[in-house]
Amino acid sequence: MTVVTVADTQIHVDAEGFLTEYGEWTEELAVQLAERIGIQLTDEHWKAIQFLRADFPSHGETATLRRVSTLAGIPIKQLFVLFPGKPAKKMAYVAGLPKPRGCV
Amino acid sequence: MRRLVILGGGTAGTTVANKLRRRLAFDEWQITVIDRDREHLYQPGLLFVPFGHEEAGEVLRPRRSLLRRGIRLLFAEISTVDPEEKTVRFADGGAVGYDFLVIATGTRPRPDQTPGMLGDEWRRSIHDFYSYDGAFALREAIESFSGGKLVVHVVDQPIKCPVAPLEFTFLAEAHFRDRGMRDQVELVYVTPLDAAFTKPIAARHLGRLLDERKIAVETDFLVERIDADRKTLVSYDEREIGYDLLVTVPLNMGAEFVATSGLGDELNYVPVDKGTMQSLAHPDIFAVGDANDLPTSKAGSVAHFSSEIFVENFCEYVEGRAMTHRFDGHANCFVETGDGKGLLIDFNYDTEPLPGRFPLGRIGPLSLLRETKANHWGKLAFRWIYWHLLVRGRWLPVSSRMSMSGKHRPDEEFRP
Repeated sequence: MTVVTVADTQIHVDAEGFLTEYGEWTEELAVQLAERIGIQLTDEHWKAIQFLRADFPSHGETATLRRVSTLAGIPIKQLFVLFPGKPAKKMAYVAGLPKPRGCV
Repeated sequence: MRRLVILGGGTAGTTVANKLRRRLAFDEWQITVIDRDREHLYQPGLLFVPFGHEEAGEVLRPRRSLLRRGIRLLFAEISTVDPEEKTVRFADGGAVGYDFLVIATGTRPRPDQTPGMLGDEWRRSIHDFYSYDGAFALREAIESFSGGKLVVHVVDQPIKCPVAPLEFTFLAEAHFRDRGMRDQVELVYVTPLDAAFTKPIAARHLGRLLDERKIAVETDFLVERIDADRKTLVSYDEREIGYDLLVTVPLNMGAEFVATSGLGDELNYVPVDKGTMQSLAHPDIFAVGDANDLPTSKAGSVAHFSSEIFVENFCEYVEGRAMTHRFDGHANCFVETGDGKGLLIDFNYDTEPLPGRFPLGRIGPLSLLRETKANHWGKLAFRWIYWHLLVRGRWLPVSSRMSMSGKHRPDEEFRP
């Protein structure tokens, strides 16, 4: 685990840059993290991110694309538009959650 | 009489029923297993069917013959579970009441969930091998395949026996080599993951094996639909992969009644406590085997190991005591790699598959993450173990908890 500074805040991240402390995340931080991967957050992005944040504490795992699509009502196709290439990872990164584990 | 009802007579349901029948007094407990059909399928055998091995008689047994005396077996299609009334209702109008319920209805492939998968080309140029009919239909397709592009494809995780698509790919490569036509077959492995496997060390080992066998890998490919006329997979981000023969692993989902009863998550798996398999919503309901949402492999080994933990806990729970056993996510999978060899992986929630020896440190006789003939024999011997020991609920010389004995991390010094 390493400590890095983003938006003047010190945060704990893993080797791939995913936040390891749920409580260290803020909306300002999300904006900065999104910019780092070339994404300008819109209301639609926020809907997905807020769902991920709200779902994690009770579910105990980062939500999969299918879970976001079913429970937050955002089609998978749209998630690929919002977070191009690797939406599951990019959403988790911006939402300050662990990289989705894609069960063995 | 106290009533225990077990939904599903597969690996987990049968094991749990047999173990509990020996632990719970006959004059105090009625145990009922409910399944929709009469035959128990040895699912690990399906992998070999497309290559001309394993016959019908070897992979099917009557469910009744696997259950101990004193276990009632009913055949019915379950329509709903009512946790308030503690009643299981059937599609034909019948119902049974329970005091304790075990959901063991597993997970199944759902080709209907991907547009274009079911249709005229299903079981012609589009196949699956996780079902009895599918595996035998694929046998004919492999036999008559005269060359071209064979694509092995996984729709999404989680799937049961997550190494099976890789094993299928290795076996197909060896099969076409044996037939002297390997140079006429292009093999592509398509996965929604970012590597051949989820866990880094195993992914490196398995990725190398794919490389050596000249099997191309397409990663991060999440299929949106299949264009069966153009024989093409189309992803959500509009990438396309053509095929002549497609072997796909459809989306896996839990039983439909789990959803209609409001007991499941988005894939119809029952959310449970990771250590006890107790439903998070209803304390008198447990979900064992593939039917729950445990963050480990959906595999027979997990069904087996977690069943042992469940049975100990259940006996405590029904006496009003605290459950003292915790499942650690232990999974153990043989991975066929072709040419009469295989490798073995052993892992749990916290420890990824590591190299080493198993089950006894230094002695083995099996090797972890290394291709050996002994591992292949282990896999073949497992069918006998399954029918005669595992589902009968008898003792097996493998601990339900994962052990670090014999394992080492690649970056650690290793003294053999």
